[in-house]
Amino acid sequence: MNNTWESVIGLEVHVQLSTESKIFSNAPTKFGQTQNSQASLVDLGLPGVLPVLNEKTIEMAIKFGCAINANISSKAIFARKNYFYPDLPKGYQISQLDDPIVGEGKISIEIDNEEKFIGITRAHLEEDAGKSLHDKYENLSAIDLNRAGTPLLEIVSEPDLRSAKEAVAYLKKIHSIITFLEISDGNMSQGSMRCDANVSIRKYGDKEFGNRTELKNINSFRFVEKAIDYEIARQIEIIENGGSIYQETRLYDANKNETRSMRSKEHANDYRYFPDPDLIPITISKEKIQEIEKSLPELPEQKIVRFIKDYKISEYESKNLNASRELSNFFEKVAKKISSPDLAAKWILGDLMAILNKNNSEIQDSKISSEDMINLLCKIEEGSLSGPGAKKIIELCWSSNESIDNLIKKEGLDEVKGEDEILKIISRILEDNPKQHEQYLNGKDKLFGFFVGQVMKETKGSADPKLVNKLLNKKLKQ
Amino acid sequence: MEDLSKLSLVEQINGLKLKKFSSMELTEFYLNKIDQEKVLNSFISLNENALTEAKKSDEKIAKNKNSSLEGIPIAHKDIFCIKDQKTTCGSKMLENFISPYSSTVYEKLSNSGTVNLGKTNMDEFAMGSSNETSFFGSVLNPIDPERVPGGSSGGSASAVAANLCSFATGTDTGGSIRQPAAFCGITGIKPTYGRVSRWGMIAFASSLDQGGIFAKNALDAALALENIAGFDEKDSTSINKKVPPFFDQAKLKDKEHIVGIPKNIIEDIKDEKVKNNFYESIDILKKSGVKVKEIDLKNIQYSLPVYYVIAPAECSANLSRYDGVRFGHRCDNPKDLDDLYERSRAEGFGEEVKKRILIGTYCLSAGYYDAYYLKAQKIRNLIKQSFMDAFKEVTSIMMPTCANVSFKLNSIQNPVEMYEQDIYTIPANLAGLPAISIPSGKINKLPLGIQFIGNYLEEGNLLNLSNKFQQNSDFHNE
Repeated sequence: MNNTWESVIGLEVHVQLSTESKIFSNAPTKFGQTQNSQASLVDLGLPGVLPVLNEKTIEMAIKFGCAINANISSKAIFARKNYFYPDLPKGYQISQLDDPIVGEGKISIEIDNEEKFIGITRAHLEEDAGKSLHDKYENLSAIDLNRAGTPLLEIVSEPDLRSAKEAVAYLKKIHSIITFLEISDGNMSQGSMRCDANVSIRKYGDKEFGNRTELKNINSFRFVEKAIDYEIARQIEIIENGGSIYQETRLYDANKNETRSMRSKEHANDYRYFPDPDLIPITISKEKIQEIEKSLPELPEQKIVRFIKDYKISEYESKNLNASRELSNFFEKVAKKISSPDLAAKWILGDLMAILNKNNSEIQDSKISSEDMINLLCKIEEGSLSGPGAKKIIELCWSSNESIDNLIKKEGLDEVKGEDEILKIISRILEDNPKQHEQYLNGKDKLFGFFVGQVMKETKGSADPKLVNKLLNKKLKQ
Repeated sequence: MEDLSKLSLVEQINGLKLKKFSSMELTEFYLNKIDQEKVLNSFISLNENALTEAKKSDEKIAKNKNSSLEGIPIAHKDIFCIKDQKTTCGSKMLENFISPYSSTVYEKLSNSGTVNLGKTNMDEFAMGSSNETSFFGSVLNPIDPERVPGGSSGGSASAVAANLCSFATGTDTGGSIRQPAAFCGITGIKPTYGRVSRWGMIAFASSLDQGGIFAKNALDAALALENIAGFDEKDSTSINKKVPPFFDQAKLKDKEHIVGIPKNIIEDIKDEKVKNNFYESIDILKKSGVKVKEIDLKNIQYSLPVYYVIAPAECSANLSRYDGVRFGHRCDNPKDLDDLYERSRAEGFGEEVKKRILIGTYCLSAGYYDAYYLKAQKIRNLIKQSFMDAFKEVTSIMMPTCANVSFKLNSIQNPVEMYEQDIYTIPANLAGLPAISIPSGKINKLPLGIQFIGNYLEEGNLLNLSNKFQQNSDFHNE
């Protein structure tokens, strides 16, 4: 976007771990419940309460560490991060400073068909804060502590990203890793994955980093790209006009698509971290790490390779099908049940994705189940349903609650039809249109389309166009 | 009727069992006494349901369904949360705080059948050595009402010494059980860190706080301690070890003791009378067949400064939750968030608490952490190591409990002089070791105490040694 300036980006991604209960209390972590109904005595920070670690969070963090080939610390220490805020009940957040559970690792992303490695500095466990609601009551702020104590894995990258596009690719990769590992639902709209971006610019070739700003509160792939692009442009404009960038925290406003200053470095908090005396250091044995490593589910990279091999699909298709665990599982369910799995890849990535996109839906919310897809594709394979017919059914199926078989019957798409039947129809059409037949035989090739149309009309689109072409060719030339 | 309050715990249990008197009678007796001794200001609040609880105990005794301490009227330091009762921690901040849950210590004693008479006075948030920092006023020493009972558990000590309850709970962060026990001429034990659950015990300094018992003698203390000790999954620092029968251990006749005398510390005792008392106490031990050995305890002289870094650091975070947002004191008409925090805390906390929050915040601040907090932790480990070395040669260590007898109210104005009250008690907290203070004589009618420090989980050993001393002396009955 600019030949003079190179942008340097590092991301801090907060991933909500999908445990049943909170990281330091037994309150449930369910989303969307009545305010403060999911907050226990511990989450409320009452006098005398104590945190007890949910061991599942340690396992999940180790899983992530193994998946990115990172060093797993042999001990994990929780620390208190001190600051005052109304939705932080204890006046400190239990987090990690020294000895984070996951150490250095790396993640590969693909950018313009090239692989690039992004360094991971660390990933540590911490508890989430609650929510302050400022516009619910007039002149009052309300506090909902349902989210307080929800386990988070904070994944910190090296400043290895060089564009908003790379940042998005990196985020998508993290999303796919955590969902394949089943350690998070990765639901960004519910805040299960949030991200802060450290952004700076420098001249190409410069070794030193420029002063960076930290963008807070970004919670969708789309906003990440917009927020970073906005910030890069803002910084370039300032520097090119002779100004300087000051280290500060900026808030991204998705509605206005702008970032604005939250606090400067001078006003940055001194968090006064110290080890939490209420929690004893956790020791992690090599055996435990090995055990978890062995039980890791198949990761996207492994699945991409296997799909190409097992299902004879293209690399492009395999990558797209492995964009999320749900899509990957959907495909595999279908591919296993039909004789040509590449057909499944084409239909899922083609017509199914099209209708999902059109309806702003994810595969997990698809109204067309994997069973429906198997049903449709089997019919195509045996020739009892045409491509256009299947396409029509997918659309109808989305907008109605009827079964695939019912829809096919209703639309009369089930009447077709072997070769014999189509041949009969062709004969009848040729008899009804002798003039056109003669013109065609005299060289007016364009009329071939006319005959195809007639046949499709007669069969209400249920005939396989390829078959119709083949038979028409034969019959017209007789 | 005989003075039931002069009976030991063991005698009271037997009296109740044999129906010489009922729990109702015993409880009424104590309630009357508390009323007569109001001037001592030992209690912050009385339990309105004490007689109802006593009645239930009597019914259980009648049906032979009594628990181990059935019908025994006791008092709780007002730092232990009791469901639906006021728990003030001696602070204006929690003047009207009614706890929605109960501490493990209270639950355990309640399940053992004790009758709760009320909550005893204490230094605010357990910060003090004279009970003069309490928002609810000073407590008088029943031995000499012009003098302090010691602190921070001054209310409990004065209540037991004045026979206002059979025994009482307390907490000890730097000497808050042992020093008041010595000042009031009674027995006080602080068990091994982690032996008694901290759940529901309002935190001052989490890595040092430990619940314990005030009683008339070592055997009573052993019996009471048996009923509050034990693993609690709600406290991560709780020790998962079976609690031995302390009472039986305390009575064992042939247990061998080698008591270590840290000569470097004893030689430095400034007050000759205190020094003489200490040597007289050694003679009593020797006469009862206990072996005595001189030892060298290194680095103990650093205990006080180390403590006054670590304890304030932890308290500065522990007390952040009192922010006027969810519970506790809240200032009138806050202008904005900062005003709410500043005025609520300025009004709710007393001077000593504020002083310690400031010291702690300073010690943890960027640039000072290494020099203060980290260094203090290192020395703490050295002190621990000194004790471990000593316990290779001896079974317990004997020291004075305090360098002086009780002092007059308002007589100590210099904070450091006040902090020096705990010079002999703090080392056991830093190392997490069990320690007990028992009466060892008097200077001008004012009691003195000696202290035994034991190895980890060796409370039984300390109680046995103390019982041996008390069988060969009469200071505990004076």
